[in-house]
Amino acid sequence: MSGLVLRELRLAWTGGSALLPPLFFLLVATLFPFAVGPDAPLLSRTGAGALWMAALLAALLPVDRLVEPDRTAGVLDQLAVRGIAEEQVALAKLAGHWLSFGPPLMLAALPAAALLKLPPDTLLRLELGLVAGTPGLAALTLIVAALTAGLRTTGALAGLLLLPLAVPILIFGAGLAAEGAPTGAARLLAAASLLLVAIAPFAAGAAIRAGRH
Amino acid sequence: MSAAPLLRLEDVACRRGGRLLFEGLDLSLGPGEAALVTGPNGVGKSSLIRLAAGLLRPAAGRVERNASLALADEAPALDPKLTVGRALAFWARLDGADPAPGLDAFGLAPLAGVPVRMLSTGQRKRAVLARVVAGGAPLWLLDEPVSGLDAEGQARLAAAMAAHLAGGGAILAATHQPIGLDAAREVRLG
Repeated sequence: MSGLVLRELRLAWTGGSALLPPLFFLLVATLFPFAVGPDAPLLSRTGAGALWMAALLAALLPVDRLVEPDRTAGVLDQLAVRGIAEEQVALAKLAGHWLSFGPPLMLAALPAAALLKLPPDTLLRLELGLVAGTPGLAALTLIVAALTAGLRTTGALAGLLLLPLAVPILIFGAGLAAEGAPTGAARLLAAASLLLVAIAPFAAGAAIRAGRH
Repeated sequence: MSAAPLLRLEDVACRRGGRLLFEGLDLSLGPGEAALVTGPNGVGKSSLIRLAAGLLRPAAGRVERNASLALADEAPALDPKLTVGRALAFWARLDGADPAPGLDAFGLAPLAGVPVRMLSTGQRKRAVLARVVAGGAPLWLLDEPVSGLDAEGQARLAAAMAAHLAGGGAILAATHQPIGLDAAREVRLG
């Protein structure tokens, strides 16, 4: 199991593909002031929401490298004939994917917050939200990657599948970042994320199995 | 036969994409036994291998395995950026085995430091077969094991298969050319 997680990390970092989501995230943070103007109060009010949108879209980027290459190369078959359950493979992929997606995104949120003139307490709530929300986003990415593996129009379809399912993460994540007084957003964000993480190994595992027939 | 067969297929039918490929297939492989699946292209040889491996479910009948298995098919399942040695070591660790005997059996030791993506078709085939040898599973399922192999590679495969059968293993191979398994039964499809 740890070998499988390490393999996911190696695949993510050796090709440099783990750098794409945080770079994309930073790029959005750079472009956003150009789009809405350099007005600091406006940026600090809307910036956290823009960064959550960026996180959502960044979660889409790894969709085509999570499952499909392993399917075509026969890695999933070789794991299966060794008696390793698809759910276990999916769990290892989820762990490996989150480790190469969540922390880099949280790191990229620091310069992004500076670019958008976010106040320190908003940044703190954004980071808290990312800790709670990125596992759910990683889980969604994995589920969609497993569902679309082997299809030709993966890119467009993945976006159509993933973004609507990510709405709860977006609402509660942006709600947590924007809230002045504590509300239930943090708990609801964590709950939505946990639900996705709990479903992902089974959904992705079943999709991998079904993809063989 | 007193010992339980390593692989038994009973009245197995295979349907792919709504088309019935074969039905009523019976096959039993005990220790030291080998069978060759032959037949024209598209008749279901690879599907039979995948059925035996448990990667496909039969449309009818029963597939029973009483041993761990090693599968060698057209998909390399070796990470292209890793060296041959490290790519095979990844699988050997999952198998709880040592990759060295496999490398030696197919003359890959000099290539152990070369990235998998630099290998030729035949060399990649050797690496796939080396994983089968190193894994130590009693049941080998080989899909077109000699395609891409040169004469020397075929001789090495024949030697490895002979040693495996002598050691009580079993082999099911799908092929349309001789692979150097003289003692094998033939299962003709189509």
